[in-house]
Amino acid sequence: MSEETNAAAEQKPQVPALEGWFTMDSDKPHLLGSQCTSCGTYYFPKQKNFCKNPHCEGEEFKEIPLSRTGKVWSFTNACYQPPEPFVSPEPFVPYTIAAVELDKEKMIVLGQVITGVNVSDLKAGMEMELVLETLFEDDESEKLTWKWKPVSA
Amino acid sequence: MSNEIAILGVGMHPWGKWGKNFVEYGVKAARDAIQDSGVAWKDVQFVSGAATMRCGYPGYVAGATFAQALGWQGAEVNTSYAACASGSQALAAARAKILSGACDVALVVGADTTPKGFLAPQKGERPDDPDWVRFRLGITNPTYFALYARRRMEMFGDTQEDFAQVKVKNAEHGFNNPNARYKKKFTADDVAASAMVADPLRLMDVCATSDGGAALVVSSVDYAKKIGRGDAVKVAAVSTVTPTYASSVIEMPDLATDSGAVVEAQSFRAALPQKAYEEAGIGPEDVSVAEVYDLSTALELDWIEDLQLCERGQAAQMLRAGDTRLGGRLPVNPSGGLACFGEAVPAQAIAQVCELTWQLRGQAEGRQVENAKVGITANQGLFGHGSSVIVKK
Repeated sequence: MSEETNAAAEQKPQVPALEGWFTMDSDKPHLLGSQCTSCGTYYFPKQKNFCKNPHCEGEEFKEIPLSRTGKVWSFTNACYQPPEPFVSPEPFVPYTIAAVELDKEKMIVLGQVITGVNVSDLKAGMEMELVLETLFEDDESEKLTWKWKPVSA
Repeated sequence: MSNEIAILGVGMHPWGKWGKNFVEYGVKAARDAIQDSGVAWKDVQFVSGAATMRCGYPGYVAGATFAQALGWQGAEVNTSYAACASGSQALAAARAKILSGACDVALVVGADTTPKGFLAPQKGERPDDPDWVRFRLGITNPTYFALYARRRMEMFGDTQEDFAQVKVKNAEHGFNNPNARYKKKFTADDVAASAMVADPLRLMDVCATSDGGAALVVSSVDYAKKIGRGDAVKVAAVSTVTPTYASSVIEMPDLATDSGAVVEAQSFRAALPQKAYEEAGIGPEDVSVAEVYDLSTALELDWIEDLQLCERGQAAQMLRAGDTRLGGRLPVNPSGGLACFGEAVPAQAIAQVCELTWQLRGQAEGRQVENAKVGITANQGLFGHGSSVIVKK
């Protein structure tokens, strides 16, 4: 990205690409999941009415910030431009994707990996943390999403 | 024994990108299956169709569509939709009808005409739809296959060369199959030269979508004996189980797995053949041939392990030893698999059963597995659908 586009981007407000899916804490963001108040099972995205654990009749959930670190389960990249509703820069720039296992929640969460990290930089078991980065921008705002970042990077 | 039904006839319309109406493929496959069965069309009492979601209203009511196209003769109809397992569910419906005594002989048909290009989600802003959300975030279908493939490399030491060898093997198998779409003996160099789609998978590691049609005529074992076909290949099991919570593997179109924090995580793929083995009263050691859903080359290796044909993590070693090729200890995808066919969703699970039937009859010319006695299929689709069918002599 050139200096010029960086400067232009800074003038735009930053809004979440998906409302309510993560905290907008630029330093230590969390994904926002939910937890069944009866059995304690975690959900991402949020489960709102009926618990999906077949042994549980719970119908109440509390919103809960998920662990913001985890270990790489697997990883890949996207070499071809996805169809809409993906919004691509022109020309399309390939990006890396990781599936990260959260220890406490025992759940694997997908996400893009921050710009500049390639498939060759990743290994299963590597410690990752959640950060926010631009997914795309339009005339009004910069849309942020969660991305995974190697803790060592 | 009492759960078995007989496969009297099988038929297929060759896979391709023919661009014709799906009904044409289904009727061609059905007519071939009926002819192969020796049963007259007017004697078929039940038509069980596998639906297609991409061909308008006639596709949603596929059972009736095929029955009408073959010429209404009063048979009862049914249509099943279960993504990639639609064909198996249509077979399960026919089997249930036969085993309950409500009919003696049934026709099972699936056919599809696929659109060109990417399968894109519906338009509009729909943040409550997980399928919409994952495309917005840039997570496509190959992403999931690539994550499974990379996991194998990280856990078991599989290599991209191994994955390419699955393609080479299946290309060799499908070369002589008149119903296959791709009939070319691709080499490892061909695979390596194809474009990277989602690392470690290249274009030739991932299957295409195709047009095609497949059909079966099935009956009660008594009916088969009555018409002098007591020696027909039998369906010994049809497993269409759903996952058990908590599902441990990240599945399309989800962005996260279930949480295994409270309930122990389970593997869906492994559960499908397990139920089939239980139902048939046999084990993996009895299997002589398998047709598995190689949506990607690496996924064939996952299936071999899920079918318990080897220990977890050993499938690449079987491949390297030549065990899974024709002439090997346990040939996998002698038809050429999805690598040579491309996926025609509602027809594919039926096509797997057609292939195993030809193999068990000794009629798989140019790709025959010697002395095949027991065959098993496996496939999996979206939203908790999957199937595993066991056929035996």
